[in-house]
Amino acid sequence: MVTYPIKGISPDMSFLEMMDVLNEELLLKGEDPVAFDHDCREGICGMCSLFINGRPHGPERGTTTCQLHMRHFKDGDTITIEPWRAAAFPVHKDLVVDRSAFDRIQQAGGYVSVNTGGVPDANTIPISKSIADKAFDAATCIGCGACVAACKNASAILFVSAKVSQLSMLPQGKTERKTRVENMVAQMDIEGFGSCTNTGACAVECPVGISLENIDMLRSEFIFAKATSENL
Amino acid sequence: MNWFTKTFSSTVGRKIIMAVTGLFLCSFLVVHLIGNLQLFRNDGGEAFNVYSHFMASNPIIRVMEIILVLGFVFHIYDALVLTRRNKAARPVSYANNHPEENSSWASRNMGLLGTIILVFLIIHLWNFFVPARFGGLDGVVIEDVEYDNLYLRVVESFQIWWYVAIYVISMVALAYHLIHGFQSAFQSLGLDHKKYTPFIQKFGVAFSILVCLGFAVIPLYFFFLV
Ligand code: HEM
Ligand code: SF4
Ligand code: FES
Repeated sequence: MVTYPIKGISPDMSFLEMMDVLNEELLLKGEDPVAFDHDCREGICGMCSLFINGRPHGPERGTTTCQLHMRHFKDGDTITIEPWRAAAFPVHKDLVVDRSAFDRIQQAGGYVSVNTGGVPDANTIPISKSIADKAFDAATCIGCGACVAACKNASAILFVSAKVSQLSMLPQGKTERKTRVENMVAQMDIEGFGSCTNTGACAVECPVGISLENIDMLRSEFIFAKATSENL
Repeated sequence: MNWFTKTFSSTVGRKIIMAVTGLFLCSFLVVHLIGNLQLFRNDGGEAFNVYSHFMASNPIIRVMEIILVLGFVFHIYDALVLTRRNKAARPVSYANNHPEENSSWASRNMGLLGTIILVFLIIHLWNFFVPARFGGLDGVVIEDVEYDNLYLRVVESFQIWWYVAIYVISMVALAYHLIHGFQSAFQSLGLDHKKYTPFIQKFGVAFSILVCLGFAVIPLYFFFLV
């Protein structure tokens, strides 16, 4: 680990802007900048995967690193920044990890197959308000991987459960629900994530507040699928 | 692998086994504790010795005993497999980590707590179960019938301070194991509902504390009062 002193940080800067200031200084000095991931800088892409002072996305709950402001730190503090640490998220460079394991889990079943053709009228399929709300909440997962980073087992189950329950709750997703949960859980295991001990750390650290309810839903989907699907 | 072995060797499937066996072991604890209450009768151990003779000879209990051993074996085997997998899933640990901000201590130390329980179990079986089941105890005559005097073994064992200490510490470990484990098992089975989950969580905590307290009181009672 390397310690960099840094000056001139305004409390209104975001954490990533602080990193920009640091990297500019390093470049001016002719040193290598610190590699870190980022994209939208508005809390929707899930790229800014930094483990800050022992917590994914830093000390504030319900926020991504890009939405974290420097006012939450004191002048003179030493801040430790680490990448997500998981066998399934190999480190590319410095703080940048490869989260493509999540993409492969999605590809294993996180979709709904729709035939092309005429567009059906909106609202022709009735969906209850409570199901629509739950599916929407699950769909807000940004795939950031903080759940894996926070979990003592590096388990991806909160992410996978958000994807599974989002689709399987809705009528359009029900057609493929059994194969979906079977394949996504299988892919999750292949990628080398740990298993879930129900510590609940993931949901506490999730920037968008994906609920543990989804994990229970994944398990009942899994049990139902394994007991009744045609897949041997 | 066929669908069945695939199911139960997946991470989600193994937790189903852990949950079912864990809850089954919880039910065993209740039966065991109720039986042990015979120790508090003021009859020089008669009721307890008759009861333990019944437990060592009844054919239904014999069958339950096999199921119980299988319950422990599957629970411990999957605990081992999953704990090793979980360690491998994070080969490099964090230099600075604050898990206490997001999860309870017990939930993060189920393996450690389970290991304490396992060590206790071996000591406990060796001292009480093995002689009661396979012989090695003094005899005692109750109403013209000769019984093994397991009661005497209990009284003698709990005169030893470190033996009492092992029991009490192990029961604290078991209590923490169950404070997390009881409600966790329901989650592992996908059983979650707004109406019932809050009750299951409260019941689990009360269950863990009361059952473990019940077990811990026995050695303390014999050490201090008998
Ligand atoms: C009377 C004895 C025991 C009882 C009643 C018991 C009960 C339970 C219960 C109810 C759970 C929760 C299962 C779940 O989350 O689905 C659990 C989890 C666990 N048990 Fe036990 N257990 C006992 C003994 C042991 C022993 C001897 C070990 C290990 C050597 C052990 C290791 C574990 C581990 C590691 C977990 C957590 C697994 C995980 O979530 O990844 N337990 N136990
Ligand atoms: S569940 Fe939450 S923490 Fe996990 S990937 Fe999705 S948004 Fe990130
Ligand atoms: S950079 Fe997109 S969520 Fe932080």
